[in-house]
Amino acid sequence: MIIAHPLLGPRDASEFVYLGDAALIDRPDWQAPDAAERFHAYGYLRDNPAGAHRELWYHEQGDRSWLVVTRDTVTHEISRVELARDAARARGRGR
Amino acid sequence: MRYSALKILREGLTGNKGWKPVWREPEPKSEYDIVIIGAGGHGLATAYYLAREFGMRNIAVLEKGWLGSGNIGRNTTIIRSNYMLPGNEPFYEMSLKLWEGLEQDFNYNAMVSQRSILNLFHSDGQRDAFVRRANAMKLAGADAELADADQLRAELPFLDFDNARFPIKGGLYQRRGGTVRHDAVAWGYARGADARGVDIIQNCEVTGFDISDGRCHGVETTRGPIRAAKVAVCVAGSSSRVMEKAGLRLPIESHVLQAFVTEGLKPVIPGVITFGAGHFYVSQSDKGGLVFGGDIDGYNSYAQRGNLPVVEDVAEGGMAIMPMIGRARLLRSWGGIMDMSMDGSPFIDRTPVDGLYFNGGWCYGGFKATPASGFCYAHLIARDEPHPVATQMRLDRFARGNLIDEKGMGNQPNLH
Repeated sequence: MIIAHPLLGPRDASEFVYLGDAALIDRPDWQAPDAAERFHAYGYLRDNPAGAHRELWYHEQGDRSWLVVTRDTVTHEISRVELARDAARARGRGR
Repeated sequence: MRYSALKILREGLTGNKGWKPVWREPEPKSEYDIVIIGAGGHGLATAYYLAREFGMRNIAVLEKGWLGSGNIGRNTTIIRSNYMLPGNEPFYEMSLKLWEGLEQDFNYNAMVSQRSILNLFHSDGQRDAFVRRANAMKLAGADAELADADQLRAELPFLDFDNARFPIKGGLYQRRGGTVRHDAVAWGYARGADARGVDIIQNCEVTGFDISDGRCHGVETTRGPIRAAKVAVCVAGSSSRVMEKAGLRLPIESHVLQAFVTEGLKPVIPGVITFGAGHFYVSQSDKGGLVFGGDIDGYNSYAQRGNLPVVEDVAEGGMAIMPMIGRARLLRSWGGIMDMSMDGSPFIDRTPVDGLYFNGGWCYGGFKATPASGFCYAHLIARDEPHPVATQMRLDRFARGNLIDEKGMGNQPNLH
Protein backbone atom coordinates (compact mmCIF):
# COMPACT_ATOMS: atom_id res chain seq x y z
CA MET A 1 0.00 0.00 0.00
CA ILE A 2 1.19 3.53 -0.81
CA ILE A 3 0.09 6.33 1.50
CA ALA A 4 -0.01 9.79 -0.08
CA HIS A 5 1.51 11.81 2.78
CA PRO A 6 0.14 15.40 2.69
CA LEU A 7 3.64 16.84 3.24
CA LEU A 8 6.01 14.22 1.84
CA GLY A 9 4.09 12.73 -1.09
CA PRO A 10 3.66 9.01 -1.76
CA ARG A 11 5.31 6.83 0.90
CA ASP A 12 5.30 3.03 1.35
CA ALA A 13 2.97 1.83 4.13
CA SER A 14 5.84 -0.16 5.66
CA GLU A 15 7.37 3.16 6.81
CA PHE A 16 4.35 3.62 9.08
CA VAL A 17 3.11 2.12 12.33
CA TYR A 18 -0.61 1.38 12.50
CA LEU A 19 -2.58 2.34 15.60
CA GLY A 20 -6.24 1.80 14.72
CA ASP A 21 -9.59 3.53 14.37
CA ALA A 22 -9.28 7.33 14.14
CA ALA A 23 -12.05 7.58 16.74
CA LEU A 24 -9.12 7.29 19.19
CA ILE A 25 -8.61 11.04 18.58
CA ASP A 26 -11.79 11.66 20.54
CA ARG A 27 -10.55 10.83 24.03
CA PRO A 28 -13.44 10.92 26.53
CA ASP A 29 -13.73 13.55 29.26
CA TRP A 30 -12.19 12.00 32.37
CA GLN A 31 -14.44 14.12 34.59
CA ALA A 32 -17.71 12.99 33.01
CA PRO A 33 -20.05 11.14 35.40
CA ASP A 34 -20.00 8.10 33.10
CA ALA A 35 -16.25 8.31 32.44
CA ALA A 36 -15.65 4.62 33.29
CA GLU A 37 -18.15 3.39 30.67
CA ARG A 38 -16.85 5.88 28.11
CA PHE A 39 -13.24 4.87 28.63
CA HIS A 40 -14.21 1.20 28.37
CA ALA A 41 -15.80 1.89 24.99
CA TYR A 42 -12.88 4.10 23.97
CA GLY A 43 -10.22 1.61 24.97
CA TYR A 44 -11.81 -1.67 24.01
CA LEU A 45 -14.80 -1.48 21.65
CA ARG A 46 -14.37 -0.94 17.89
CA ASP A 47 -16.73 -0.45 14.92
CA ASN A 48 -14.42 -2.63 12.78
CA PRO A 49 -16.29 -1.91 9.51
CA ALA A 50 -15.93 -3.76 6.20
CA GLY A 51 -15.53 -0.81 3.86
CA ALA A 52 -14.38 2.77 4.43
CA HIS A 53 -12.36 3.05 7.65
CA ARG A 54 -10.73 6.19 9.08
CA GLU A 55 -7.58 5.13 10.88
CA LEU A 56 -4.43 6.48 12.51
CA TRP A 57 -1.03 5.81 10.95
CA TYR A 58 2.24 7.10 12.47
CA HIS A 59 5.13 7.91 10.11
CA GLU A 60 7.81 6.42 12.33
CA GLN A 61 10.37 5.91 9.56
CA GLY A 62 9.75 9.41 8.22
CA ASP A 63 8.71 12.75 9.67
CA ARG A 64 6.99 11.18 12.72
CA SER A 65 3.67 12.81 11.93
CA TRP A 66 0.33 11.20 12.75
CA LEU A 67 -1.99 10.80 9.77
CA VAL A 68 -5.68 10.02 9.44
CA VAL A 69 -5.98 7.67 6.47
CA THR A 70 -9.37 6.78 4.99
CA ARG A 71 -8.93 3.30 3.58
CA ASP A 72 -11.30 0.60 2.33
CA THR A 73 -10.77 -2.51 4.47
CA VAL A 74 -12.13 -4.76 1.70
CA THR A 75 -10.00 -3.47 -1.20
CA HIS A 76 -7.16 -1.71 0.69
CA GLU A 77 -7.79 1.35 -1.54
CA ILE A 78 -6.84 4.63 0.14
CA SER A 79 -9.24 7.47 -0.66
CA ARG A 80 -8.05 10.26 1.64
CA VAL A 81 -5.03 11.18 3.76
CA GLU A 82 -4.87 14.11 6.17
CA LEU A 83 -2.68 15.18 9.05
CA ALA A 84 -4.18 14.00 12.34
CA ARG A 85 -3.49 17.51 13.65
CA ASP A 86 -5.80 18.98 11.00
CA ALA A 87 -8.43 16.29 11.64
CA ALA A 88 -8.37 17.06 15.38
CA ARG A 89 -8.59 20.81 14.82
CA ALA A 90 -11.54 20.29 12.47
CA ARG A 91 -13.26 18.60 15.41
CA GLY A 92 -12.76 21.67 17.58
CA ARG A 93 -9.64 20.56 19.42
CA GLY A 94 -7.22 23.36 20.37
CA ARG A 95 -4.05 21.46 19.46
CA MET B 1 -22.05 -45.33 6.72
CA ARG B 2 -19.12 -46.24 8.92
CA TYR B 3 -15.62 -45.86 7.50
CA SER B 4 -13.11 -48.64 8.08
CA ALA B 5 -10.16 -50.35 6.40
CA LEU B 6 -12.48 -53.20 5.48
CA LYS B 7 -14.88 -50.79 3.82
CA ILE B 8 -12.06 -49.29 1.74
CA LEU B 9 -10.96 -52.77 0.68
CA ARG B 10 -14.49 -53.83 -0.28
CA GLU B 11 -15.16 -50.60 -2.20
CA GLY B 12 -11.79 -50.87 -3.95
CA LEU B 13 -12.68 -54.34 -5.19
CA THR B 14 -16.19 -53.36 -6.34
CA GLY B 15 -15.43 -50.20 -8.32
CA ASN B 16 -15.96 -47.65 -5.52
CA LYS B 17 -19.68 -47.47 -6.30
CA GLY B 18 -20.91 -47.64 -2.71
CA TRP B 19 -19.66 -44.28 -1.38
CA LYS B 20 -22.41 -41.85 -0.48
CA PRO B 21 -22.37 -38.05 -0.04
CA VAL B 22 -20.91 -37.25 3.35
CA TRP B 23 -23.74 -34.90 4.35
CA ARG B 24 -27.23 -33.97 3.12
CA GLU B 25 -28.15 -30.61 1.57
CA PRO B 26 -31.51 -29.92 3.22
CA GLU B 27 -33.85 -26.98 2.66
CA PRO B 28 -34.05 -24.74 5.73
CA LYS B 29 -37.05 -25.33 7.96
CA SER B 30 -38.97 -22.33 9.33
CA GLU B 31 -38.03 -23.09 12.93
CA TYR B 32 -35.28 -24.80 14.92
CA ASP B 33 -34.42 -25.07 18.59
CA ILE B 34 -30.89 -23.85 17.91
CA VAL B 35 -29.47 -21.96 14.92
CA ILE B 36 -25.69 -21.75 14.62
CA ILE B 37 -24.36 -19.07 12.28
CA GLY B 38 -21.19 -20.14 10.48
CA ALA B 39 -20.33 -23.61 9.17
CA GLY B 40 -16.63 -23.36 9.86
CA GLY B 41 -14.68 -25.60 12.19
CA HIS B 42 -16.03 -24.07 15.40
CA GLY B 43 -19.66 -23.88 14.22
CA LEU B 44 -19.69 -27.46 12.97
CA ALA B 45 -17.94 -28.71 16.11
CA THR B 46 -20.54 -26.88 18.21
CA ALA B 47 -23.38 -28.57 16.31
CA TYR B 48 -21.64 -31.95 16.61
CA TYR B 49 -21.16 -31.72 20.37
CA LEU B 50 -24.66 -30.28 20.92
CA ALA B 51 -26.03 -33.39 19.23
CA ARG B 52 -23.55 -35.93 20.62
CA GLU B 53 -22.89 -34.73 24.15
CA PHE B 54 -25.95 -32.70 25.05
CA GLY B 55 -28.69 -34.64 23.27
CA MET B 56 -29.96 -31.74 21.16
CA ARG B 57 -31.53 -32.67 17.82
CA ASN B 58 -33.36 -29.79 16.16
CA ILE B 59 -30.32 -27.77 15.06
CA ALA B 60 -29.37 -25.85 11.91
CA VAL B 61 -25.95 -24.54 10.91
CA LEU B 62 -26.19 -21.62 8.45
CA GLU B 63 -23.29 -20.78 6.14
CA LYS B 64 -23.14 -17.82 3.74
CA GLY B 65 -20.68 -19.57 1.42
CA TRP B 66 -19.76 -23.22 1.34
CA LEU B 67 -18.96 -25.41 4.30
CA GLY B 68 -15.42 -24.86 5.58
CA SER B 69 -14.72 -21.93 3.24
CA GLY B 70 -13.27 -19.65 5.91
CA ASN B 71 -10.31 -20.00 8.23
CA ILE B 72 -10.74 -23.76 8.76
CA GLY B 73 -9.55 -24.11 5.15
CA ARG B 74 -6.88 -21.39 5.37
CA ASN B 75 -4.85 -22.02 8.49
CA THR B 76 -1.45 -23.65 9.02
CA THR B 77 -2.98 -26.68 10.79
CA ILE B 78 -1.03 -26.56 14.07
CA ILE B 79 -2.36 -28.03 17.31
CA ARG B 80 -0.74 -27.34 20.69
CA SER B 81 -1.58 -26.36 24.27
CA ASN B 82 1.51 -24.34 25.23
CA TYR B 83 -0.24 -21.40 26.86
CA MET B 84 0.41 -20.02 30.32
CA LEU B 85 -2.51 -18.18 31.91
CA PRO B 86 -5.11 -20.03 33.99
CA GLY B 87 -7.92 -18.56 31.87
CA ASN B 88 -6.45 -20.22 28.77
CA GLU B 89 -4.25 -23.23 29.47
CA PRO B 90 -6.85 -25.71 30.84
CA PHE B 91 -9.06 -24.88 27.87
CA TYR B 92 -6.32 -25.52 25.29
CA GLU B 93 -5.22 -28.70 27.07
CA MET B 94 -8.81 -29.95 26.92
CA SER B 95 -8.70 -29.17 23.22
CA LEU B 96 -5.49 -31.15 22.71
CA LYS B 97 -6.98 -34.14 24.55
CA LEU B 98 -10.06 -33.95 22.32
CA TRP B 99 -7.79 -33.85 19.25
CA GLU B 100 -6.10 -37.04 20.48
CA GLY B 101 -9.37 -38.97 20.43
CA LEU B 102 -11.08 -37.10 17.62
CA GLU B 103 -10.69 -39.50 14.71
CA GLN B 104 -12.10 -42.45 16.65
CA ASP B 105 -14.78 -40.18 18.06
CA PHE B 106 -16.18 -38.98 14.74
CA ASN B 107 -14.94 -41.90 12.60
CA TYR B 108 -13.14 -39.76 10.05
CA ASN B 109 -9.47 -39.59 9.11
CA ALA B 110 -8.36 -36.10 10.10
CA MET B 111 -4.66 -37.10 9.93
CA VAL B 112 -3.95 -35.95 13.49
CA SER B 113 -0.16 -36.13 13.70
CA GLN B 114 1.46 -35.45 17.06
CA ARG B 115 4.83 -34.66 15.57
CA SER B 116 5.75 -32.11 18.32
CA ILE B 117 6.03 -28.33 18.45
CA LEU B 118 9.21 -26.51 19.43
CA ASN B 119 9.51 -22.85 20.54
CA LEU B 120 13.10 -21.66 20.16
CA PHE B 121 14.77 -19.34 22.69
CA HIS B 122 17.85 -17.18 22.31
CA SER B 123 18.64 -15.63 25.68
CA ASP B 124 18.62 -16.34 29.42
CA GLY B 125 15.59 -14.12 29.92
CA GLN B 126 13.63 -15.93 27.23
CA ARG B 127 14.67 -19.27 28.71
CA ASP B 128 13.35 -18.23 32.12
CA ALA B 129 10.04 -17.19 30.57
CA PHE B 130 9.77 -20.55 28.78
CA VAL B 131 10.57 -22.50 31.97
CA ARG B 132 7.80 -20.60 33.69
CA ARG B 133 5.40 -21.38 30.86
CA ALA B 134 6.43 -25.04 30.89
CA ASN B 135 5.62 -25.21 34.60
CA ALA B 136 2.23 -23.58 34.03
CA MET B 137 1.54 -26.10 31.26
CA LYS B 138 2.43 -29.03 33.53
CA LEU B 139 0.17 -27.69 36.28
CA ALA B 140 -2.71 -27.86 33.80
CA GLY B 141 -1.87 -31.46 32.90
CA ALA B 142 -0.08 -30.72 29.63
CA ASP B 143 3.37 -31.98 28.65
CA ALA B 144 6.37 -29.68 28.35
CA GLU B 145 10.05 -30.38 27.94
CA LEU B 146 13.02 -28.07 27.85
CA ALA B 147 15.74 -28.86 25.31
CA ASP B 148 19.24 -27.39 25.35
CA ALA B 149 21.23 -26.34 22.30
CA ASP B 150 23.24 -29.60 22.13
CA GLN B 151 20.08 -31.67 21.97
CA LEU B 152 18.64 -29.45 19.26
CA ARG B 153 21.88 -29.58 17.26
CA ALA B 154 21.51 -33.34 17.17
CA GLU B 155 17.81 -33.30 16.33
CA LEU B 156 17.59 -30.30 13.99
CA PRO B 157 21.06 -29.80 12.46
CA PHE B 158 19.72 -27.48 9.74
CA LEU B 159 18.95 -24.57 12.12
CA ASP B 160 21.34 -21.60 12.21
CA PHE B 161 22.55 -22.10 15.79
CA ASP B 162 25.23 -19.41 15.61
CA ASN B 163 23.04 -16.69 14.16
CA ALA B 164 24.64 -13.37 15.14
CA ARG B 165 21.43 -11.70 16.30
CA PHE B 166 19.46 -14.70 17.59
CA PRO B 167 21.83 -17.56 18.50
CA ILE B 168 19.77 -20.63 19.46
CA LYS B 169 20.24 -21.49 23.13
CA GLY B 170 17.51 -24.14 23.32
CA GLY B 171 13.80 -24.60 23.03
CA LEU B 172 10.54 -25.58 24.69
CA TYR B 173 9.09 -28.79 23.28
CA GLN B 174 5.53 -29.91 23.50
CA ARG B 175 5.81 -33.41 22.07
CA ARG B 176 2.02 -33.90 21.98
CA GLY B 177 1.60 -30.88 19.70
CA GLY B 178 1.56 -31.33 15.94
CA THR B 179 -0.55 -30.88 12.83
CA VAL B 180 -3.95 -31.98 11.54
CA ARG B 181 -5.48 -32.14 8.06
CA HIS B 182 -7.56 -28.97 8.48
CA ASP B 183 -10.28 -29.50 5.84
CA ALA B 184 -10.93 -33.00 7.14
CA VAL B 185 -11.75 -31.49 10.53
CA ALA B 186 -14.61 -29.50 8.99
CA TRP B 187 -15.75 -32.48 6.93
CA GLY B 188 -15.56 -34.89 9.86
CA TYR B 189 -17.56 -32.65 12.18
CA ALA B 190 -20.07 -31.90 9.39
CA ARG B 191 -20.54 -35.59 8.71
CA GLY B 192 -20.91 -36.40 12.41
CA ALA B 193 -23.41 -33.57 12.96
CA ASP B 194 -25.40 -34.42 9.83
CA ALA B 195 -25.65 -38.08 10.84
CA ARG B 196 -27.22 -36.91 14.13
CA GLY B 197 -29.89 -34.89 12.32
CA VAL B 198 -28.28 -31.44 12.19
CA ASP B 199 -29.30 -29.47 9.07
CA ILE B 200 -26.22 -27.87 7.46
CA ILE B 201 -27.53 -25.15 5.15
CA GLN B 202 -24.98 -23.66 2.76
CA ASN B 203 -25.35 -20.51 0.65
CA CYS B 204 -27.60 -19.02 3.32
CA GLU B 205 -26.38 -15.66 4.58
CA VAL B 206 -27.78 -14.14 7.76
CA THR B 207 -28.98 -10.60 6.99
CA GLY B 208 -30.47 -9.68 10.34
CA PHE B 209 -31.75 -10.79 13.72
CA ASP B 210 -35.34 -10.93 14.96
CA ILE B 211 -34.91 -9.18 18.30
CA SER B 212 -37.74 -7.81 20.43
CA ASP B 213 -38.03 -7.09 24.16
CA GLY B 214 -34.32 -7.82 24.58
CA ARG B 215 -34.69 -11.35 23.28
CA CYS B 216 -33.57 -12.97 20.02
CA HIS B 217 -36.32 -15.01 18.36
CA GLY B 218 -34.53 -15.99 15.17
CA VAL B 219 -32.68 -14.71 12.11
CA GLU B 220 -33.44 -13.20 8.72
CA THR B 221 -31.55 -14.92 5.93
CA THR B 222 -31.20 -14.78 2.15
CA ARG B 223 -33.33 -17.94 2.15
CA GLY B 224 -36.10 -16.55 4.34
CA PRO B 225 -36.65 -16.03 8.07
CA ILE B 226 -35.79 -18.84 10.47
CA ARG B 227 -37.13 -18.85 14.02
CA ALA B 228 -35.01 -20.27 16.82
CA ALA B 229 -35.10 -20.28 20.61
CA LYS B 230 -31.33 -19.92 20.67
CA VAL B 231 -29.04 -18.30 18.08
CA ALA B 232 -25.30 -18.93 18.32
CA VAL B 233 -22.90 -16.75 16.32
CA CYS B 234 -19.59 -18.34 15.34
CA VAL B 235 -18.18 -16.40 12.39
CA ALA B 236 -14.53 -15.55 13.25
CA GLY B 237 -13.32 -12.68 11.02
CA SER B 238 -16.89 -11.55 10.29
CA SER B 239 -17.81 -11.29 14.00
CA SER B 240 -18.13 -7.49 14.07
CA ARG B 241 -20.19 -7.41 10.86
CA VAL B 242 -22.68 -10.01 12.07
CA MET B 243 -22.98 -8.77 15.65
CA GLU B 244 -23.52 -5.21 14.39
CA LYS B 245 -26.82 -6.48 12.96
CA ALA B 246 -27.79 -7.30 16.55
CA GLY B 247 -26.72 -3.83 17.67
CA LEU B 248 -23.56 -4.92 19.49
CA ARG B 249 -20.04 -3.46 19.26
CA LEU B 250 -17.27 -5.93 20.00
CA PRO B 251 -13.76 -5.70 21.47
CA ILE B 252 -12.46 -7.05 18.15
CA GLU B 253 -10.59 -5.82 15.06
CA SER B 254 -10.39 -7.90 11.88
CA HIS B 255 -6.86 -8.31 10.51
CA VAL B 256 -5.33 -10.29 7.67
CA LEU B 257 -2.80 -13.06 8.35
CA GLN B 258 -0.83 -14.57 5.48
CA ALA B 259 0.38 -18.14 5.10
CA PHE B 260 2.72 -19.78 2.61
CA VAL B 261 3.51 -23.20 1.19
CA THR B 262 6.48 -24.32 -0.89
CA GLU B 263 6.76 -27.01 -3.55
CA GLY B 264 6.82 -30.58 -2.21
CA LEU B 265 10.16 -31.66 -0.75
CA LYS B 266 11.49 -34.86 0.78
CA PRO B 267 10.93 -35.12 4.57
CA VAL B 268 13.22 -32.58 6.20
CA ILE B 269 11.39 -30.89 9.08
CA PRO B 270 10.20 -33.42 11.67
CA GLY B 271 7.78 -31.29 13.70
CA VAL B 272 6.54 -27.75 14.05
CA ILE B 273 9.28 -25.18 14.71
CA THR B 274 8.54 -21.65 15.87
CA PHE B 275 10.98 -18.75 15.89
CA GLY B 276 9.06 -16.21 17.95
CA ALA B 277 11.85 -13.66 18.08
CA GLY B 278 11.86 -13.40 14.29
CA HIS B 279 8.13 -14.01 13.74
CA PHE B 280 8.36 -17.22 11.76
CA TYR B 281 6.98 -20.72 12.19
CA VAL B 282 7.15 -23.74 9.92
CA SER B 283 6.08 -27.34 9.54
CA GLN B 284 6.12 -29.80 6.65
CA SER B 285 2.90 -31.21 5.28
CA ASP B 286 2.47 -34.89 4.46
CA LYS B 287 2.64 -33.92 0.78
CA GLY B 288 6.09 -32.44 1.46
CA GLY B 289 5.37 -28.73 1.20
CA LEU B 290 6.87 -26.48 3.84
CA VAL B 291 3.92 -24.67 5.43
CA PHE B 292 4.94 -21.45 7.14
CA GLY B 293 3.80 -18.05 8.29
CA GLY B 294 4.61 -15.09 10.48
CA ASP B 295 2.92 -12.00 11.82
CA ILE B 296 -0.40 -10.49 10.82
CA ASP B 297 -0.13 -7.60 8.34
CA GLY B 298 -1.10 -5.22 11.13
CA TYR B 299 -3.95 -3.10 9.75
CA ASN B 300 -7.73 -3.69 9.71
CA SER B 301 -8.65 -5.79 6.71
CA TYR B 302 -11.45 -7.92 5.32
CA ALA B 303 -9.50 -8.74 2.14
CA GLN B 304 -8.37 -12.37 2.19
CA ARG B 305 -4.96 -11.35 0.90
CA GLY B 306 -2.05 -9.41 2.36
CA ASN B 307 0.73 -7.13 1.20
CA LEU B 308 4.32 -7.68 0.10
CA PRO B 309 6.25 -6.15 3.04
CA VAL B 310 4.99 -8.94 5.29
CA VAL B 311 5.87 -11.57 2.67
CA GLU B 312 9.42 -10.20 2.74
CA ASP B 313 9.46 -10.10 6.56
CA VAL B 314 8.33 -13.73 6.85
CA ALA B 315 10.90 -14.83 4.25
CA GLU B 316 13.63 -13.00 6.16
CA GLY B 317 12.55 -14.74 9.38
CA GLY B 318 12.82 -18.10 7.64
CA MET B 319 16.24 -17.32 6.19
CA ALA B 320 17.49 -16.13 9.58
CA ILE B 321 16.74 -19.34 11.44
CA MET B 322 16.75 -21.93 8.67
CA PRO B 323 18.99 -20.81 5.77
CA MET B 324 18.24 -23.95 3.75
CA ILE B 325 14.70 -22.69 3.21
CA GLY B 326 16.11 -20.28 0.64
CA ARG B 327 16.50 -23.20 -1.76
CA ALA B 328 12.78 -24.00 -1.71
CA ARG B 329 10.45 -22.37 -4.20
CA LEU B 330 7.23 -20.81 -2.96
CA LEU B 331 4.15 -22.46 -4.41
CA ARG B 332 1.28 -20.46 -2.95
CA SER B 333 0.48 -17.75 -0.44
CA TRP B 334 -2.88 -16.68 0.84
CA GLY B 335 -4.57 -14.67 3.58
CA GLY B 336 -7.30 -15.21 6.13
CA ILE B 337 -9.25 -12.77 8.28
CA MET B 338 -8.48 -12.98 11.99
CA ASP B 339 -10.88 -11.75 14.66
CA MET B 340 -8.19 -10.09 16.78
CA SER B 341 -9.44 -9.40 20.29
CA MET B 342 -8.23 -6.67 22.62
CA ASP B 343 -6.19 -9.02 24.84
CA GLY B 344 -5.40 -11.78 22.35
CA SER B 345 -7.80 -14.26 23.96
CA PRO B 346 -11.20 -15.49 22.77
CA PHE B 347 -14.82 -15.17 23.86
CA ILE B 348 -17.39 -17.92 24.48
CA ASP B 349 -20.24 -16.13 26.15
CA ARG B 350 -23.85 -15.04 26.29
CA THR B 351 -24.63 -11.55 25.01
CA PRO B 352 -26.82 -8.79 26.51
CA VAL B 353 -29.55 -10.09 24.15
CA ASP B 354 -31.31 -13.15 25.63
CA GLY B 355 -31.04 -16.23 23.45
CA LEU B 356 -28.09 -14.80 21.47
CA TYR B 357 -24.66 -16.34 22.06
CA PHE B 358 -21.25 -15.32 20.80
CA ASN B 359 -18.08 -17.26 20.04
CA GLY B 360 -15.15 -15.36 18.52
CA GLY B 361 -12.01 -13.33 19.08
CA TRP B 362 -9.78 -16.33 18.31
CA CYS B 363 -7.05 -14.15 16.79
CA TYR B 364 -4.73 -16.38 14.75
CA GLY B 365 -5.14 -19.34 17.15
CA GLY B 366 -8.60 -20.65 16.38
CA PHE B 367 -7.70 -23.89 14.63
CA LYS B 368 -6.10 -25.67 17.59
CA ALA B 369 -9.08 -24.61 19.71
CA THR B 370 -11.70 -26.12 17.39
CA PRO B 371 -12.75 -29.19 19.46
CA ALA B 372 -12.79 -27.45 22.86
CA SER B 373 -14.42 -24.35 21.39
CA GLY B 374 -17.21 -26.47 19.97
CA PHE B 375 -17.54 -28.47 23.19
CA CYS B 376 -17.57 -25.45 25.51
CA TYR B 377 -19.88 -23.44 23.24
CA ALA B 378 -22.28 -26.40 23.09
CA HIS B 379 -22.13 -26.61 26.91
CA LEU B 380 -22.96 -22.91 27.21
CA ILE B 381 -25.82 -23.08 24.70
CA ALA B 382 -27.35 -26.27 26.11
CA ARG B 383 -27.04 -25.49 29.81
CA ASP B 384 -26.79 -21.68 29.85
CA GLU B 385 -23.69 -21.84 31.99
CA PRO B 386 -20.06 -21.80 30.88
CA HIS B 387 -17.99 -24.97 30.79
CA PRO B 388 -15.53 -25.04 33.74
CA VAL B 389 -12.48 -24.50 31.48
CA ALA B 390 -14.05 -21.51 29.67
CA THR B 391 -15.37 -19.45 32.57
CA GLN B 392 -13.03 -16.51 31.95
CA MET B 393 -13.70 -16.10 28.22
CA ARG B 394 -16.32 -13.44 28.84
CA LEU B 395 -17.31 -10.47 26.71
CA ASP B 396 -17.40 -8.11 29.69
CA ARG B 397 -13.93 -8.95 31.02
CA PHE B 398 -12.45 -5.62 29.90
CA ALA B 399 -15.04 -3.66 31.85
CA ARG B 400 -14.20 -5.79 34.89
CA GLY B 401 -10.44 -5.55 34.37
CA ASN B 402 -10.03 -9.35 34.09
CA LEU B 403 -7.99 -9.50 30.90
CA ILE B 404 -6.39 -12.73 29.62
CA ASP B 405 -3.35 -11.15 28.00
CA GLU B 406 -0.74 -13.89 27.36
CA LYS B 407 1.77 -11.48 25.82
CA GLY B 408 1.07 -8.49 28.06
CA MET B 409 0.57 -6.22 25.06
CA GLY B 410 -2.53 -4.33 26.22
CA ASN B 411 -5.45 -3.29 24.06
CA GLN B 412 -3.56 -3.17 20.75
CA PRO B 413 -4.91 -6.06 18.64
CA ASN B 414 -2.18 -5.95 15.98
CA LEU B 415 0.49 -6.67 18.62
CA HIS B 416 -1.05 -9.90 19.98
